[in-house]
Amino acid sequence: MLGKLGVTPKPHAAAAHRSPKPHAEAPEATADPGHTASGAHRRKVPSMDLTRSPADEAFRAEARGWLDTHVPATALPSLETAEGFAAHRAWEAELAADRWSVVSWPTAYGGRDADLVRWLAFEEEYHAVGAPGRVGQNGISLLAPTLFDHGTPEQRERVLPPMATGEVVWAQAWSEPEAGSDLASLTSRAVRADGGWRLSGQKTWSSRAAFADRAFGLFRSEPGLPRPHQGLTYLMFDLSAPGVTVRPIGRLDGKPAFAELFLDEVFVPDEDVIGEPGQGWRVAMSTAGNERGLTLRSPGRFLAAADRLAALWHAHGDPFDSALRDRVADAVIGARAYQLFTYANASRFLEGEGIGPESSLNKVFWSELDIALHETALDLLGAEGELADTEWSEGHVFSLAGPVYAGTNEIQRDIIAERLLGLPKGRR
Amino acid sequence: MRFLLDAEQRAFAASLDAMLTSADTPSAVRAWARGDHGPGRALWSRLADAGVFALAVPEAYEGVGPLPVELAVAFIELGRHAVPGPVVETVAAAALLSELGELGASGPAKRLLPGLASGESVATLAPADGYALDADAATVLLVVDGDGLRLAPGHDPVRASVDRARRLARPEAGGELLAAGPQVTRAASRALAWARLATAAQALGVGLALLDRTVAYVKQRTQFGVPVGSFQAVKHRLADAMIALEFARPLLFGAALSMAPADVAAAKATAGEAAYTTARTALQLHGAIGYTAEYDLSLWFTKARALRTAWGTPAECRAEALAGLSGARPRS
Repeated sequence: MLGKLGVTPKPHAAAAHRSPKPHAEAPEATADPGHTASGAHRRKVPSMDLTRSPADEAFRAEARGWLDTHVPATALPSLETAEGFAAHRAWEAELAADRWSVVSWPTAYGGRDADLVRWLAFEEEYHAVGAPGRVGQNGISLLAPTLFDHGTPEQRERVLPPMATGEVVWAQAWSEPEAGSDLASLTSRAVRADGGWRLSGQKTWSSRAAFADRAFGLFRSEPGLPRPHQGLTYLMFDLSAPGVTVRPIGRLDGKPAFAELFLDEVFVPDEDVIGEPGQGWRVAMSTAGNERGLTLRSPGRFLAAADRLAALWHAHGDPFDSALRDRVADAVIGARAYQLFTYANASRFLEGEGIGPESSLNKVFWSELDIALHETALDLLGAEGELADTEWSEGHVFSLAGPVYAGTNEIQRDIIAERLLGLPKGRR
Repeated sequence: MRFLLDAEQRAFAASLDAMLTSADTPSAVRAWARGDHGPGRALWSRLADAGVFALAVPEAYEGVGPLPVELAVAFIELGRHAVPGPVVETVAAAALLSELGELGASGPAKRLLPGLASGESVATLAPADGYALDADAATVLLVVDGDGLRLAPGHDPVRASVDRARRLARPEAGGELLAAGPQVTRAASRALAWARLATAAQALGVGLALLDRTVAYVKQRTQFGVPVGSFQAVKHRLADAMIALEFARPLLFGAALSMAPADVAAAKATAGEAAYTTARTALQLHGAIGYTAEYDLSLWFTKARALRTAWGTPAECRAEALAGLSGARPRS
């Protein structure tokens, strides 16, 4: 790809015989010859390369082989129903039995020590065969990274294995009726009790909580501090504990995809506090910008959907409808762009660079791509597109929530403008 | 798997950026638009000295290429500085002549490529039924007619582009036939891929420059007693521009790695749209000053408009991308 490595080319006499100088010196009116195209030829670090290593390919092939023989032939019932939830929980156990449920975790907790590149490969294979949605997603992609960074060994031993098998399914408990985008203004309380804490207050829009076993979230343990994000504590609690009332909420299609949680003096032992009491905001946010920013929605999911959309276009599309064709093309191109953008971020991460506010670019992009992709499919399907019980309809309803959850896209755009572009803070 | 530019490639970009900044490129752009090619040709020589054109020319013909990744790196900088002239067309001509050489017709390659690599000659190439860019400045005017490649003897009167630094003309008929046969058709499609890659990179650079200039402007422009950049409506347009540009970038480098026509078309469509969306945002957020010819923003705004359709309209590129990226799992 890159010509003959180590060979000093002799393209043009003018560039060839100058001696290199540090590029920190701004050259006057010529480019620094140490960094001309010929300089780019003499490389010391591996250059840009999208080819996969044989070891990564072997991992991918092993995943594909397992998936081909285990993925259910017919789709499971909707994850957002009692019956579907149980079926998806059983699927988590099947994945876990052969260590495919949490490939990026250490082997000690049921994973395969897969790095980000292998995780991306696994996800591509997983979605390409149309494997079921992951009922354990909240715990695996949101709580587990926090436990790896801030949990105690005892917490990891106790919490992670049943999370990996689907035996314990986790819901998140962040938002409150008066604390959405302004999450730090939350008012649910954690009050000191003998050997633990007592939680009171109300959480809402708690995804999966209608059928889940446990939940994690932030509570105000020290009210009256000068700034709202001070005095918060990160806790885990049982949804079946005395004092917890779960009221399922039907999303647009009526399915109970989330719930309100009413908490009345719910006892939580000290062992279920993550990090130091009062440091909950820092604990919750420290993993928000790094790996978690990459792994909430994998490119494989969108690549698989874009492939299905392209197939739908080739089967049912009107070749003269260039407007619809453009939308199909944009979905296919967008999925590819998201894949490559993620590879770049994964490469950066593997070289030890953090992924910070850049994850906001990610979130806006995939959430809008998801909607555009599904709406294009529904438009293509015509009369069939109106039916509710199809994979495309279910996917569409799911996609509509994307710009709202995990930090609204308006909040993400504020982060992009202020932290990546350096614009001044202003009124929201 | 390592999808990042290395230190040398980043340093190459930085050195081109420094050179083009110190060279007062906007003055060269304005001179070029008046038909005064002197400052633009001086810039051309410096770019050639830095090895930019040699990236598209194989070593056998006194180049260092083909190195499409480095070429994309360079063309982002060319776009960022609105460098005038048939830079894309010279690269496309080099790709065409190199491919002809690969296919056995090495006479035109031996004769013309060393001059393109060194910057002594400037080539332009007219797309089928299209205008040749900057034919009045080019020393080599190539035309593909069916399966023939010829050196046009001259060109019709120059017409203005929306980008005044792009001067358009139809090549004259006749002239020397350099090659003929199916290999010309094959070489022309190779040239199209290189032209689209270079245009995509140039458009991305144009968009990045428009974003940078607009961010700087909204930080210093105050209304209602505060910088207009503190308003959420302003922030969100700029955030959207950044998202569009930053997702065009990986498509560009993915295309440079594969040089597959569908990948290149996807990069061209996406970078072109991202750059023009950013241009519209830049125009809106600058207010009336952005609508003037005298303010330098116009150099990038008009180029973004022109590049959107150069070497393939958005619809053509999308159709090509869809044909090539779909069907098989796009999982490279």
